[in-house]
Amino acid sequence: MNELKSLSLAELSELLAARKLSSVELTSYYLERSRKYQKDINGYITITEDLALATARRADELRTREELPLLAGIPVAVKDNIVARGAPTTCASRVLENYVSPFDAAVVEKLSLNPLLGKVNLDEFAMGADNKTSAFGPVRNPWDLQRVPGGSSGGSAAVVAAGCAPFSLGSDTGGSIRQPAAFCGVTGFKPTYGRVSRRGLVAFASSLDQIGPLARSIADCALVLQAICGHDPADATSARQEVPDFRACLQADVRGLRLGLPRENFACCDEEVAGAVEEAARQLELAGATVHWVSMPYRDEVVTAYLLIATAEAASNLARFDGVKYGYRGQGQTLDELYTSSRIFGATVRRRLMLGTFALSGEDCPACYEQGLRLGRAIARHLDSLFRQCDVLLLPTAPTVAFTLDGEQDPLASYYNDILTIPANLAGLPAVSVPCGLSSGLPVGMQLMAPRFREDLLLRVGHTWQCLTDWHQRWPREVN
Amino acid sequence: MYEAVIGLEVHVELLTRTKLFCRCSTRFGAPPNSQVCPVCLGLPGALPVLNGEAVDQALKAAAALNCRINRISTFARKHYFYPDQPKGYQITQTRPLAEGGRVDLGAFQVNIARLHLEEDAGKSIHTPECTLVDYNRSGIPLIEIVTEPCLRTPAQAREFLEHLRLIMEYAGISDCKMEEGSLRCDANISLRGPGGSTAVVEIKNLNSFRAMERALAYEIRRQSRLLAQGKAVAAQTLRWDEAANRTVVMRSKEEAGGYRYLPEPDLPPLILDEAAIARACRLPELPLARKARFIGAYGLSEADALILIGDRMLADWFEAAVAAGARPRPAANWVLGEVARLRKETRHLPFTPADLARLIDMTERGAVSVAGAKKVLAVLAERGGDPEQIVHSLGLAQVSDREQLAEVARQAVAENPDAVRDYRSGKDRALRFLLGKAMKLSRGRANPQLLRELVLQAIADAERL
Ligand SMILES: [Zn+2]
Repeated sequence: MNELKSLSLAELSELLAARKLSSVELTSYYLERSRKYQKDINGYITITEDLALATARRADELRTREELPLLAGIPVAVKDNIVARGAPTTCASRVLENYVSPFDAAVVEKLSLNPLLGKVNLDEFAMGADNKTSAFGPVRNPWDLQRVPGGSSGGSAAVVAAGCAPFSLGSDTGGSIRQPAAFCGVTGFKPTYGRVSRRGLVAFASSLDQIGPLARSIADCALVLQAICGHDPADATSARQEVPDFRACLQADVRGLRLGLPRENFACCDEEVAGAVEEAARQLELAGATVHWVSMPYRDEVVTAYLLIATAEAASNLARFDGVKYGYRGQGQTLDELYTSSRIFGATVRRRLMLGTFALSGEDCPACYEQGLRLGRAIARHLDSLFRQCDVLLLPTAPTVAFTLDGEQDPLASYYNDILTIPANLAGLPAVSVPCGLSSGLPVGMQLMAPRFREDLLLRVGHTWQCLTDWHQRWPREVN
Repeated sequence: MYEAVIGLEVHVELLTRTKLFCRCSTRFGAPPNSQVCPVCLGLPGALPVLNGEAVDQALKAAAALNCRINRISTFARKHYFYPDQPKGYQITQTRPLAEGGRVDLGAFQVNIARLHLEEDAGKSIHTPECTLVDYNRSGIPLIEIVTEPCLRTPAQAREFLEHLRLIMEYAGISDCKMEEGSLRCDANISLRGPGGSTAVVEIKNLNSFRAMERALAYEIRRQSRLLAQGKAVAAQTLRWDEAANRTVVMRSKEEAGGYRYLPEPDLPPLILDEAAIARACRLPELPLARKARFIGAYGLSEADALILIGDRMLADWFEAAVAAGARPRPAANWVLGEVARLRKETRHLPFTPADLARLIDMTERGAVSVAGAKKVLAVLAERGGDPEQIVHSLGLAQVSDREQLAEVARQAVAENPDAVRDYRSGKDRALRFLLGKAMKLSRGRANPQLLRELVLQAIADAERL
């Protein structure tokens, strides 16, 4: 059954529907792999074996009586900042170490027939880009266990890359789906802001956060998107936008599509990374797209806007973790002592909360935050103008390949690593990272970005690319 | 001499079936933490969804206070740490739902600076051992109404607040029960004199009309004394201590710090269309309009009308009695007198305005005396029933039959020739004696006016014989 991990979601779905494979068998297979590589990769915070098998049995049982949705019975790994009943939701923080949510996230509801393999590791409260800030230890990159998987959805990317889960859910605030997807050689899709309900996603920066799938291909992502997108009346920021048939979007090729390559975003990358992405653009040109250079001449603006918005919203969103109602509770004679001793966040979270609190207080407040929003809107307007010159922006996902675990990074420099992914969050755009090569044996990601609600364009370009190449089908040697 | 400059911040709990951002019930008095959900507990991942009913109620309030309604208003998070604030912030509005209102109270006018929607916090219950928190109240919809500092005396402040309560009650916006916390008031006060103004002091915890009036009066005295001694008034937040009959310092304003307002990223701006605003402006009759109508249409005195409109239930009772056929002025007298008294005693009224209308009609026809009618009403209040039957069963039916009473009068006169003689010689007491005899012969059921007329007639007839 070793070949199961190489099957697409559509193929697995067919096997399940034809009852040549049961969900229990498939789930057991992935549970076994998950356990096997957990020690090396540390992708999971909790493996929910009983929960997974119970759902698998339910799916198998239901299938004897009725036709089930396409993805039913296929197991999933969920980032541990998305709540699911019956499993802890820790956000990789000691603060929520034993917290169990009494309700399911909207996406978990929508995937109710998908066995939950477990809750996967992340940077504490999704703040970070290397997965080293998890209170439950770092995730290791299956391509090189001495390297980071990226973050914050590092666990989501690593378990898919290692064949421990056929697909996973992550969340993307400044690149948290795309960058780890690039580092781990999988496909990571951040939908348009509002496409997927945020209900049940533990908020980091509410106006930037978006849930999306990580899987082994664009075609797999299309199926997952179909299952999780759609208006949710219980999320006031959820879009009342019709959900297209994403599978049908895969049919069209790239002939006549205009691809824009932001010059500055190649210049700031490692040569091999930039080279691999440029080469991908050339091949898409051969497939019928037109390719030309455009300009995204902002850098500090991107980091500034992101820092102000994300930290201010985070400081607000994390205010509820006060030890009073749930989560870790410290000791104290007075209320202040109780608060102080209960807020045991790690250094990165603490730094961002202080920054955010500062951005919201004092004389210049809320000017600081508003300024961030204004900058973000200016960047969004500029991106709109670019989309009059091209249909899809094509650029690297991250300036480098996965870096080593032991390197200590300057916090500010690390924000600049997200400079290629942040603009899509600031503008609420859909964007995807697809594997497009290897550099020193490590995956390189190509990022595609489209106007709001034009996921179809990303699926077209991404799928065409994956039909032409096999980068997305490669396995890290250590787990194959 | 100093003049007080007073502004009020009033919090009114809106009457809605569910909370402001979730579907939990707003019922008062439920067991602690029985009306809660992930949203109003601030659990991780929970998101707010605005309750349209609360918006409608707030819009009604804005219309009733003659405010300008903002087509676009925005929500914001106001941060502070306290255990009864489950999210670490309260969702309120920065660009308010409405601004620039006015309430005309005749003798003075109150300008409303702003009116906005916000959510209530839970309730901390302090015991000697620990503090307990009940989150049933967390997320209950409130409106905050902020007046301009245009009030000059504690009495004005009280009159305004009482009138505000009436408006809210009349428009069905809130039940405004101060004792249940559905109407809460904070006051800002400073003194203005020839040398300028003192710092503004905020007084919280004014949980009755009386407390508000007394706290303000106390502050005026305290601050005047400080000024007289040449001392400065500190900008502070005070709390009214009802038992000690004084204000005590809660915190100095400096310590309070910023609330770090953040535009609420989970809620898009509230955009109102013309239809919603037009709907809100269709208000039921408000207290002052009703007072004018009571005077104009029913001929009530200003004083009676004022008392009636101040008690909505009595006013409704009065109108229902009139609708059932009672003449307005006696109906007002009965409602303000007996009905109000009986309600106070029995706390509810098992009889209807129609019962009262029939009783008033009976007294006017002379079928029962006023005193008898009061007895009937007492019985009605106690166990309900049919007014006519009670009159009969208590033997209170008044005899107004001319023939029957004329016979009684003749008999009384015939049986008491001495008294008749005394009366003729100018002794008024003799008439009272004869009336008493006649009343006794009627077993106390004669209509007194008619009986008096017939006794005098019988005396005159006897003379002619
Ligand atoms: Zn609730």
